[in-house]
Amino acid sequence: MTKVLMDGNSAIAEAAIRAGCQCYFGYPITPQNELTEYMALNLSRRKGCAFVQAESEVAAINMVYGASVAGARAMTSSSSPGISLKQEGISYLAACELPAVIVNMQRGGPGLGSISAAQSDYFQATRGGGHGDYRTIVLGPSSVQELADMTMRAFDLADKYKIPVIILGDGVLGQMKEPVEFKREAPAVLAIRDGSLRGAKGRPSRIIKTFTSNPSELEEINWSLFRRYTLIKKEETTSETFLTEDARLVVVAFGIAARIAKGAIKNLRAEGLKVGLMRPVTLWPFPDEPLKEMAKTIKQYLVFEMNMGQMVEDVQLALSGQGEVAFYGRPGGVIPNPSEVARVISRLYYQKGLK
Amino acid sequence: MKAVYTHPKSLKKTPFHYCPGCGHSVAHRLVCEVIDEMGLQERVIGIPPPGCSVFAYNYFDVDMAESAHGRGAAVATGIKRAYPESVVFTYQGDGDLAGIGTAETIHAANRGENITTIFINNAVYGMTGGQMAPTTLRGMKTTTTPYGRDHILEGHPIRMSEILAMLDGVTYIERVAVNSPANIRKAKKAIAKAFQVQLDGRGFSMVEILSPCPTNWKMTPVKSWQWVDEEMTKIFPLGVYKDVMEKTVAD
Amino acid sequence: MPDKQPAVKAARGKIVITRELCKECGLCIHFCPKKVIVQSGKLNAAGYQSADFKDDGECTGCAICAIVCPEVAIEVYRD
Repeated sequence: MTKVLMDGNSAIAEAAIRAGCQCYFGYPITPQNELTEYMALNLSRRKGCAFVQAESEVAAINMVYGASVAGARAMTSSSSPGISLKQEGISYLAACELPAVIVNMQRGGPGLGSISAAQSDYFQATRGGGHGDYRTIVLGPSSVQELADMTMRAFDLADKYKIPVIILGDGVLGQMKEPVEFKREAPAVLAIRDGSLRGAKGRPSRIIKTFTSNPSELEEINWSLFRRYTLIKKEETTSETFLTEDARLVVVAFGIAARIAKGAIKNLRAEGLKVGLMRPVTLWPFPDEPLKEMAKTIKQYLVFEMNMGQMVEDVQLALSGQGEVAFYGRPGGVIPNPSEVARVISRLYYQKGLK
Repeated sequence: MKAVYTHPKSLKKTPFHYCPGCGHSVAHRLVCEVIDEMGLQERVIGIPPPGCSVFAYNYFDVDMAESAHGRGAAVATGIKRAYPESVVFTYQGDGDLAGIGTAETIHAANRGENITTIFINNAVYGMTGGQMAPTTLRGMKTTTTPYGRDHILEGHPIRMSEILAMLDGVTYIERVAVNSPANIRKAKKAIAKAFQVQLDGRGFSMVEILSPCPTNWKMTPVKSWQWVDEEMTKIFPLGVYKDVMEKTVAD
Repeated sequence: MPDKQPAVKAARGKIVITRELCKECGLCIHFCPKKVIVQSGKLNAAGYQSADFKDDGECTGCAICAIVCPEVAIEVYRD
């Protein structure tokens, strides 16, 4: 298969089209506009497909809801402030067990923030984000190739488990250009999902809703959702390790931060420090089992993220005191470089007397 | 003797939970009569709002999907864009369509989305206990305007039929009422016309239905039906606000 | 001089009210042009005084009652 040089945002869009995305609803926001524009250029004229630049991110997520109700693979994308607007819609999607793909190319926050890359929406993404008890699958890519691969995986996961899936990218990944190989061709025929609303022809009328005046009914819906989440955790949790076999200190990082950390670790290894990287790939479900396993022999961890400390809490929860967890974070859209991170790692390494 | 009036097929036999004299009951029946007469029961997808009619799916025997408050027009857009052969209608209250959903309503109309909107205007937030709505009349007492709606503090009632009629993307808008036999007959004709606009692929259609709310207006059913004529139609005159017969979606 | 037209005989009608659906809104009584609907004085299971049909031969089967009844509680029959 040929590789093409593409920016991350466009790669997501191209991958989505090849995954059979039928409908895209979006709204302009930096730093993800290349994605929306790519869809306008390439999805809008495809047979049976629809592109709408909605009047707001709120409208866009509700259009995704509608398209999913009608059985289509549907997607929206935005960046942090716009993703905040979508939380109500995501809660409704999760409640009604409707598949959808939501892309967040994170930027600095809170508030209007900055247009530079950050990772400060981790809590929002991994804890449901909107009201009520629910979860969405969250994927954390760290290269343009992964943006493409994970977008395709996102549509499959969404349909398989009838759940919204969030791709938690960031402004750097979206804007950078790397060679990418698309491992699928766009389907000739777009699939219509079972159980969707297409008019009650030859069957009883169907209702998609969760509102109930009976709390016990809602309680059972919650339990049912969480039984599914347990299954997803068992089947889909994904993480990656880099040079951890003999490591004395393991950096835990996701997304672009993991990319930066890898650079730092390579340099430190050349200087003889035994450091490695543990990279959660599914941020929800979070890979706590691999961490627990690792903590049997490795006791020092450094969580590095571009925020004020969010994934660090999941690491602490997973380790339950079986390891020491240090934290290094840079918020606001500041992008540290590998040598800065290397300094932090090595300082900790020596302070802890690791050899 | 033969039957001249029977229960519509697409209306379930579930007894309505609505208050005595509520306009929703009449409006639901009219929409179902139109669905039956136009043979649409197997094609229709309806979107009820949060509000008194949140349980509309207990009454309409068609595919229905719940929507968040105000988002009906966006959900309808998503369904119609994903499945253009469907017949999609939203059924929305005044707070839903003219308050929280103003942006979604105006923009779906502006895009000329090929959907039908049934807009139930009873000038009050019914389900939540009678608070002010965007369409509450000046001087009207509600639980959040206990001294009467004062336009200086609370603004004027908003006329959505007139506003939407100004948009080029809109094909057909009519305001009707369900407060008398004559008005009910006219309302049904308007609903049928609105669905026909969608079937012909000619763009956005809306029927605004002035609807009595005896409970929150604190009137008897008979008095509330009269009040629609006496007071509501002064601010919300009945009639056709837009009717672009030749227009197609391609225009 | 042309023959006088024979008097048009008014249609004979009948309605059936499902008592248990009635919510005592009074609208059928209010709008009936022939005043053949009255309060029954009997409570239904929901505690409403249901409307009653006065079968005195005056009903024309105009169906106005059924058109206004919010509960779809009235069936109308006509000759």
